Amino acid sequence: MPPGSEPASATGSVGIVVPQQHTFTEPLELACGRTLRDYTLVYETYGELNAERSNAVLICHALSGHHHAAGRHSPDDKRPGWWDNYIGPGKPIDTDRFFVVSLNNLGGCHGSTGPADTNPGTGKPWGPDFPMLRVRDWVHSQARLADALGIEQWAAVIGGSLGGMQAMRWALEYPQRLRHCVVIASAMKLSAQNIAFNETARQAITSDPDFCEGRYLEHGSLPRRGLAVARMIGHITYLSDDGLGRKFGRELRSGTFERGVEEQVEFQVQSYLRYQGDTFSGSFDPNTYILMTRALDYFDLAREYGDDPVAAFRNARCRFLLLSFTSDWRFAPERSREIADALMHANIPVSYAEIESAMGHDAFLLPNDRYRRVFGTYMDGVAAECMGEAGH
Amino acid sequence: MRIDLDVIQDWIAPGTRVLDLGCGDGALLEQLARNKQVSGYGLEIDHGQIERCLARGVSVVEQNLDQGLGNFADGSFDTVVMTQALQTLRQPHLVVREMLRVGRECIITFPNFGQWKARWHLAFSGRMPVSDLLPFEWYDTPNIHFCTFRDFDLLCRENDWTILQRQVVSETLPGRAFKDFLPNLFGETAIYHLTR
Repeated sequence: MPPGSEPASATGSVGIVVPQQHTFTEPLELACGRTLRDYTLVYETYGELNAERSNAVLICHALSGHHHAAGRHSPDDKRPGWWDNYIGPGKPIDTDRFFVVSLNNLGGCHGSTGPADTNPGTGKPWGPDFPMLRVRDWVHSQARLADALGIEQWAAVIGGSLGGMQAMRWALEYPQRLRHCVVIASAMKLSAQNIAFNETARQAITSDPDFCEGRYLEHGSLPRRGLAVARMIGHITYLSDDGLGRKFGRELRSGTFERGVEEQVEFQVQSYLRYQGDTFSGSFDPNTYILMTRALDYFDLAREYGDDPVAAFRNARCRFLLLSFTSDWRFAPERSREIADALMHANIPVSYAEIESAMGHDAFLLPNDRYRRVFGTYMDGVAAECMGEAGH
Repeated sequence: MRIDLDVIQDWIAPGTRVLDLGCGDGALLEQLARNKQVSGYGLEIDHGQIERCLARGVSVVEQNLDQGLGNFADGSFDTVVMTQALQTLRQPHLVVREMLRVGRECIITFPNFGQWKARWHLAFSGRMPVSDLLPFEWYDTPNIHFCTFRDFDLLCRENDWTILQRQVVSETLPGRAFKDFLPNLFGETAIYHLTR
């Protein structure tokens, strides 16, 4: 059992987990041309690595994600990790069979080196001077984490949304180091509309007077209002019209439309969004939000392969599972079908399912019977391969 | 293994690329991969069948055949196969045309509605045939475009499709005995091997 894990409860939870960290002292060359001299990655592990080291699974997180994907840090935690619906004993990413590694990406704000940390060159917080990161930089840093954990080859690299982009990049950058690539609600590149939403979110942050050109920590301030608006914009786009309608409709939280009463009316959806924005802006670093949305915008799987996704995927050696959700309009099913088509043209094994859901992009985090069955059936096969190897 | 699938296996060369339209539980692709090192994909829309494919380790892509094969390039597969799905399509002839565009060759199997049992059933009970192989009532059947062995022959001629091989198979005794003499009357399942 890895340090920090406790026996899983019968309820399908990995139980209490303790984050670990690893500091890397070998400089990391970044796509932007700069170099990080040293850096720390914080991560969690669930399940046990088998003797052959063949059952390791890497979880790549999305825009606002982090290392805490499953279980709880303390029994009093109100909510478990962000992907607890799908990671745990008996769940699709079955911790009775897999050794799961989930990290906070470089540039993050949950313990891995990021803009809120001290720049060793100046002794002040990095802030806007933190190097611009691309998806491939994350993948390279994740490969070093794999080295540190003694994992030569992942049974699977799995990610949703921005995490799916990392999983695909893994398949191209380190084709020999993964057997399966699971890409959920993702895309080979963002559309103009997607970039537009991200830019609006960034503008909300940078136009907050408390942003101070990104040096808010040095000034003892925090652009909370801007970050909250950024999160609200994002949140609307991660849900569907139908999903929001079902959840809130036009229900009022306060006030009345009664004739003769002049009273401000507040819809439930207003208060919900504000709550989401406020909670988020109290726990996330604005510079990290800017950095991660930029990495999303810049990602283009096939850019260096002559803009030909088929040529790009010809480098892959793993099998793929792709999933999308019908009401997801930020990472629409069409984007996943494009990936499937490119993989088929490249003669790479791929399976694809389009899951019915009214929950928009967020569906990839939420319980859904068919999603669980399809994902689980595929992962059963991945687990069986690991067992097969163990028998040799 | 269904009898038409056995025949198909003999018609597919080892090491080739196959696309299986309406691949069902993936049994054919699994057999082809194991026995003939054939690589390929199945297209399917039935949720249960997609999971059965995944359980077998068969590559399956959720795609509705009625929306065409526009996402596949000309000649991108050696063989495009479609077993027992022709009669469920909205425009079967257009799908066959697409199959011949995407594959160098194609293999199609379908229930022969000219078989004596179907004729007997309609002639003497005056009702639409319901059998073990086609167990649906007329109003809830997914099979909306039935044809006979002879009908399909005509379609091939009208479209100038080249028939490389064709045969009928039957699971039952009278069919097995007489199918070669009177295929349209005794064949239960028709199997066509076509090229452009």
